[in-house]
Amino acid sequence: MTYLYAAYAATWIIHIVYVGILVGQYSKLRDEIKNLNERK
Amino acid sequence: MKRVFPILGLLTAGLLSYALYLALVVAPTEQTMGDVQRIFYYHVPSAWTAFLLFFVNFIASVIYLLRRSPKADIIALVAAEVGVVFCTVVLVTGPIWARPVWGIWWTWDLRLTLTLVLWLIYVSYLILRRFSTSGQTPQLAAVLAILGALDVPLVYFSIWFFRTQHPQPVIGGGGSIDPRMMHVLLINWAAFSCFAFLVFWSRYRLEVLKRELEDTQALEDLLESPRSVR
Repeated sequence: MTYLYAAYAATWIIHIVYVGILVGQYSKLRDEIKNLNERK
Repeated sequence: MKRVFPILGLLTAGLLSYALYLALVVAPTEQTMGDVQRIFYYHVPSAWTAFLLFFVNFIASVIYLLRRSPKADIIALVAAEVGVVFCTVVLVTGPIWARPVWGIWWTWDLRLTLTLVLWLIYVSYLILRRFSTSGQTPQLAAVLAILGALDVPLVYFSIWFFRTQHPQPVIGGGGSIDPRMMHVLLINWAAFSCFAFLVFWSRYRLEVLKRELEDTQALEDLLESPRSVR
């Protein structure tokens, strides 16, 4: 069972890390858009 | 569209939870491998989803080379990126299954080696897209993607035509599977496909926004530059 849980956990860790990277990029982009609007 | 995404997100979360329940509780235990065989319900759908995304990348790359469509270029990039994530899952869950079943984490078997090569090709593709500053990067990447896609059928059919340590295919080929296991497998594939679609959609929107912002900044810099020259 240890190997089974390890495989399932590894799958979700990989997906969560990737989704986390996307969320980080989104917030960075939102800040850049905000800065651009303020400059105008 | 803004309302559709959360609804799809909730439906996908529900489907993924149901698929997990089926894989851990409902699916029958395999006689020789025992519970470790259940890794198959994550490993195989991830592989199929990765293949599907690499196929999307291939089609979008061909369209980009023919029409120079920026939309096709974005689709190719996003499909490759999400495909690499799913291919990483395949390369991680495979050895975790192999250790208790084969007694080793990895072997330079044809199927395994070709899958690793496939992953490396698409990682190279992403590195090229990320770090190359040449104006021809999208064209070069599209050519690399088309060549890389040739590895997908090689990976898939390697267990049909060659003797490998990897188990036989579950659909077609020489393998067979209990119908209850097939049902659980297909539900898991549907769940992971929906998840992949949502991630793809989010990444696509992010890339569109990023390019729009870059265009706006470039335009602003261009408008400001004559003043600085004067």
